[in-house]
Amino acid sequence: MGKKLLLDQGSGGLASHRLVADVFFRHLGNTILARMDDAALIRPKGPLAVSTDSFTVDPIFFPGGDIGSLSVHGTVNDVAMLGARPLYLTCGFILEEGFDLDDLERIVASMAMAAKKAGVKVIAGDTKVVPRGAADKIFINTTGIGEVVVSPAPSGHRARPGDVVIVSGSIGDHGLTVLSQRQGLSFEAPVHSDCASLNHLTLKLVKGLPAVHVLRDPTRGGLATTVNEIALQSGVGVTLEETTILVKPVVAAGCEILGLDPLYLANEGKIICILPEKHAAKALTIMRRDPLGREARVIGRVTAENPGKVVMRTGLGGHRLMGMLEGEQLPRIC
Amino acid sequence: MNSSEALRDPELCRGVLGRIEEAMHGQSLRFMEVCGTHTVALFRSGVHSLLPKSVVHLTGPGCPVCVTHESEVAAYLELAERSDVIIATFGDLMRVPGPGGASLKKAQAEGARVEVVYSPIDALEVAGKHPGDKVVFLGIGFETTAPTVAATVRVARDRGLANFFVMPFHKLVPPAIDALLSDPAMCIEGFMLPGHVSAIIGLEPYRPLAEKYGIPSVVAGFEPLDLLQAILLMAEMKRQGKPRVVNNYKRVVADEGNPKARAVLYEVYQPGDALWRGIGTIPGSGLVFSEAYKAFDAFEALNVTLKESKPLPGCRCGEVLKGIMPPSECPLFAKACTPATPVGPCMVSTEGSCAAYHKYQLDLSPGH
Repeated sequence: MGKKLLLDQGSGGLASHRLVADVFFRHLGNTILARMDDAALIRPKGPLAVSTDSFTVDPIFFPGGDIGSLSVHGTVNDVAMLGARPLYLTCGFILEEGFDLDDLERIVASMAMAAKKAGVKVIAGDTKVVPRGAADKIFINTTGIGEVVVSPAPSGHRARPGDVVIVSGSIGDHGLTVLSQRQGLSFEAPVHSDCASLNHLTLKLVKGLPAVHVLRDPTRGGLATTVNEIALQSGVGVTLEETTILVKPVVAAGCEILGLDPLYLANEGKIICILPEKHAAKALTIMRRDPLGREARVIGRVTAENPGKVVMRTGLGGHRLMGMLEGEQLPRIC
Repeated sequence: MNSSEALRDPELCRGVLGRIEEAMHGQSLRFMEVCGTHTVALFRSGVHSLLPKSVVHLTGPGCPVCVTHESEVAAYLELAERSDVIIATFGDLMRVPGPGGASLKKAQAEGARVEVVYSPIDALEVAGKHPGDKVVFLGIGFETTAPTVAATVRVARDRGLANFFVMPFHKLVPPAIDALLSDPAMCIEGFMLPGHVSAIIGLEPYRPLAEKYGIPSVVAGFEPLDLLQAILLMAEMKRQGKPRVVNNYKRVVADEGNPKARAVLYEVYQPGDALWRGIGTIPGSGLVFSEAYKAFDAFEALNVTLKESKPLPGCRCGEVLKGIMPPSECPLFAKACTPATPVGPCMVSTEGSCAAYHKYQLDLSPGH
């Protein structure tokens, strides 16, 4: 049994200072953070992209990642989807009294590693410890700041008829991994979260192809929800080809058992890229050269018909509507 | 090509589609599926959108959540309010609306203890962890689910768990089909029979379909080719005037079903009358605890009764469940009744007919 977190360690007193120095600074320290002023001082060169996200994933450790790395990837990716270069993160921790200090250290080390890989610095932070039961182990909020490098920035409002829809790889990996871990289910083949920071890949895309109209990462709600959001924002229709969407066999099989649709499961390391068809080949080349986009493919196109709707052409050549879900997917009876 | 690829092969499917067209021979036929998984598979695969206009494929009372009566919903919501009760349920029931728009999801937000489980056995774990509370599993589901629940009750008995109970809301498919066909408003000319239910009950209970009603029926699997072959077989039997019960899902369904599962089922339960949403009482269409297992009956042990409750105003679930009206013709569909504000469970359940139409049907104009 490792040491457990005490309420004192969030009190603002010496115990807090020791926790900050021993855990947070040791892993995340940098010259801006080290000044220990009330706020971080940054000198932006131009327009900034800012995004914030809170992470409450259960379980906190899962194959392919943990709540720490996820809190970096998730926010870095949101900033990156504006075609921006993420530079800084702030992070707020809400920790439950009694939380294992070794686990905390593992999580912070994992954040540091993810931040280093993404090339971002943690420049401000906060830690609160709440009484047992007032939070579930650990919640992390991160805010990301990045400099915008293209104008106009990619946006969900910019999809146009004639554009193609590209996705950078397989769908549903993260969602199924977390759900199956939560339920204590194991499958014949291992499933891994795809969580990764996509900013290096998106930067290559927007620099090589300023014509990119939309970049989005299909996180909660999955591919289906994100494409629907884009169709609504842009006032266009989208037709997807079912056979071109990659779902790993183990993910497909797991979904079948649980009665889930992989198209609605979260991804944490995938990009949807929408751009004029004439640039599709170049976009695919750029994406496939990156380890995170090796399996990039065109999965559909933007249409003037069916504005606000997403139509799926099935393998048989039939079609169906692919709508948004009301809430979380629930496993079925039967 | 492996067998599961073959069952999704576009070429093979197109071939069967062509043969369906031929078999229809200019006539128009009304078929019905009575399994929510078929409902979804027909939409998801695109088969629905590819069928010739002369084939009308209706959705029957095949979703166990949808046929759960409002009195049953009211009864479990009443139990959920008790401080010493933990409700264990499959996730499908969480959003089902009860009287006044109440649901398990809302009850949970107000403090009710509700555990979503993936298997009834998980509910035993909940009971083991909370010895001071009463854990009530909501036994909803057709013949597919009921044997697993029965087996769970046996395990509970063997473990001596005195705080585990089941609300027996199970429903049986063949009596429901019989009730549908006895309704003069119905004109169904073929039944696509449920794959999973048939794996338990076998073909015997469907004999009256052919012998008493002269209606062709086919036990079908869930892949596109399964669905299309079933439709082809129904159309051919209809054309030849030789109605039979055909098992076209032999890779899963044995003609005699699963006698072991039935033995467990009928050790714990016995047939009883059941209330169906939108339809009413169907004699012998439910399961009640047998004498030896009465101690697990939540109704008796926790002193709950089914109270009369009014159907939700304006809801045409009955006609939709009976296939008399497609969901899109219900005046509430996609207006007052949406997945965000469901008036009936058919709009909530993943495999509900209204939810499936709302989710998958591109063209909602009449006739589709």
